[in-house]
Amino acid sequence: MSAATTSFPNTAPAWDLPSRGKVAMAGLIIAESAIFTIFVVAYLFYLGKSITGPTPSEVLETPIFYTICLLSSSLTIHLAAKSLERDYRRLFLGLWLLTIALGGLFLYGTAQEWHRLIYEHGLTISTSLFGTTYYSLVGLHAFHVTAGLIMLSVVAIFGLIGRMGVSQSDRVAVLSMYWHFVDAVWVVVFTVVYVLGR
Amino acid sequence: MSSNVITVPVGQTEARPWVDELHQWLTTVDHKRLGILYIVSALLFLVIGGVEALIIRTQLMHSHNNFVSPQVFNQMFTMHGTTMIFFVAMPVLFGFANYLVPLMIGARDMAFPRLNAFSFWLSFLGGLLLYFSFLGGSGLYGAGSAPDVGWWSYAPLGARAFSPGHSSDYWTLALLVSGFGSIGTATNIIATILCLRCPGMKLNRMPLLVWMNLVMAEMVLLAITPLSAAQIMLLIDRYLGGHFFDTQAGGSAVLWMHFFWIFGHPEVYVLIIPCFAFMSEIISVFSRKPIFGYPVMVAATVCIAFVSMSVWAHHMFTIGMNSYANSFFTLTTMAVGIPTGIKIFNWIGTMWGGMIQFKTPMLFSIGFLFQFLIAGLTGIMMAASPFDWQLGLSYFVVAHFHYVIVGGILFALFAAFYYWYPKITGRMLSERLGRWHFWLFLIGFHLTFDVMHIPGLLGMPRRIYTYEPGRGWDTLNLIITIGAFVQAIAILVFVANLIISYFKGAEAGNDPWDAWTLEWSISSPPPAYNFATVPSVASRRPLWDLKHPEDPDSRYE
Repeated sequence: MSAATTSFPNTAPAWDLPSRGKVAMAGLIIAESAIFTIFVVAYLFYLGKSITGPTPSEVLETPIFYTICLLSSSLTIHLAAKSLERDYRRLFLGLWLLTIALGGLFLYGTAQEWHRLIYEHGLTISTSLFGTTYYSLVGLHAFHVTAGLIMLSVVAIFGLIGRMGVSQSDRVAVLSMYWHFVDAVWVVVFTVVYVLGR
Repeated sequence: MSSNVITVPVGQTEARPWVDELHQWLTTVDHKRLGILYIVSALLFLVIGGVEALIIRTQLMHSHNNFVSPQVFNQMFTMHGTTMIFFVAMPVLFGFANYLVPLMIGARDMAFPRLNAFSFWLSFLGGLLLYFSFLGGSGLYGAGSAPDVGWWSYAPLGARAFSPGHSSDYWTLALLVSGFGSIGTATNIIATILCLRCPGMKLNRMPLLVWMNLVMAEMVLLAITPLSAAQIMLLIDRYLGGHFFDTQAGGSAVLWMHFFWIFGHPEVYVLIIPCFAFMSEIISVFSRKPIFGYPVMVAATVCIAFVSMSVWAHHMFTIGMNSYANSFFTLTTMAVGIPTGIKIFNWIGTMWGGMIQFKTPMLFSIGFLFQFLIAGLTGIMMAASPFDWQLGLSYFVVAHFHYVIVGGILFALFAAFYYWYPKITGRMLSERLGRWHFWLFLIGFHLTFDVMHIPGLLGMPRRIYTYEPGRGWDTLNLIITIGAFVQAIAILVFVANLIISYFKGAEAGNDPWDAWTLEWSISSPPPAYNFATVPSVASRRPLWDLKHPEDPDSRYE
């Protein structure tokens, strides 16, 4: 401890503290992870316990294309945040809109899957345990994607009217933490629902 | 009139019209005012929850009593439990954290003042929603009723078939809403502590109160959220026809218990860790010694937080698990006793050789030490699963956890009230009334909860509405009820003390206890801006350094 040699409080070294936005977002992510954990545990616990059909292996199709869309949006938002830090505004805006488009495509994929399950296979949230756990787990994730898209769109509107500059890059970094979290959760949900669960 | 207003000296805020004053309280984002709002709303719910406890005790006073109907009795114990945990204990501790943490780390406010206000109003309105169930619980079906399926609402009791109308929905939504408020406050506390410390306030120089509130907030993030998730599942079951906890469709009632207790047991530590925090500050100041074993105290707190996340199923021994689960949860539960024991030894080590001042805060702290120890010992008894099979769901369990919550948490809270009231209001609480409060409450507490172990050992189950004469329970129950009323009188003395001292108490000055943490360096009550100049600290006891420049703590760090 070299600091022990300084006996006067005013000669303390530069006082560096973490950013409150990032710490708070980390707190929110911890809390959200606990919520998702409970839903994932419920899904795994009830695998194969449904009394009536259809079963996951009969009706679920692996959404590989839409998964690639969502995961690559993590890359685009990262690049967007980096370009805003260097004040490349047009590049930021382009990558940001691409992120929104990829997220929107993913949501469209979920909607299409749900439409197929409901109208072709008659599977709703009240049909069986599979329906209950599937729609609530995937739905909880889709809800987070939707919330993320709303926040991303607000930033996009500010970007389109030219208000997004390097001064906003810290806030954008916080938002991009949330979006990475949503993507990471999808990796877990995908593994549980479409790989382990079938 | 307006010319008169100008002549009023600055600082006499009483002269403002009450509408303005009310508007200021409703729209405030100041951490001190929000802290007071948390504490006052909790005291309000404490009185309501206390009246419910008295109704329960009056009904059980003697066998075959008909004071209230079985339905009302069920509502009373459900509302009593829910109110005391979610709308008394949590808000009052959040209130103290709100008030004290920024002052102790030398900050202007919490990290997110508006989130702070939002979180408070969420949890307060959650409480109002719970009590609105008395009017709206049955909706259009009838006269209305409150939830009556126990504070843990075990499946399938919470399902539509067994809980028709809306009473369970009010319970679910109230806990969901206040749970979101708790997550907001916890996030805010963490961000405040990590990001707003004044220069020199390194993590290893923070007062123990701040450390323990940091750990508490982390636990809230991990423990309240499973409850929120389970409440969402219950809503899906009740409103969308889901089958999470519907055994007829293959669902599991035991899964609800797991989800509830993954929240429920860490919750106990969410409540007790801030009380450890009060003890660490108060015992140290009134023993005139720095806290004994600061780093070990921090390590023990973090250790308790870790271990307490894996003990939940000790609430479920009686449900029937396999022997591996029973052994695991017995061992983890007993392991919690180790860091907790370290803390008790450290507090005694702090008192050892100190010049102990027996002021009211210290009296309550010493009461806490003894009673929390006994509560921990009956906890170790219950942790042994064979013993729990015998006494689970009996009054022994009720006695045990009330020993923790009343004998531990409430005593620590009273100590905190007597210790920080001068800072919050600028007036000392009366020592004379304080002593009446302490001794009356101590006697009432022991009459009620010492004796309550015995009917439990004799086999009296909890939650029964009445019982047969001739089982040896009558006299014991009468003593328990008398003790409850003695406690109620002590609470009245306390409330009277709070009110009388607010108007007539002695002026406190900045630092009535000759204490060492930063909140005592500014005026009482503190100005809206807290610190005129940002303080800079060089040790764990900045005020000691200020008062004793010839021998500062910083020399020894």
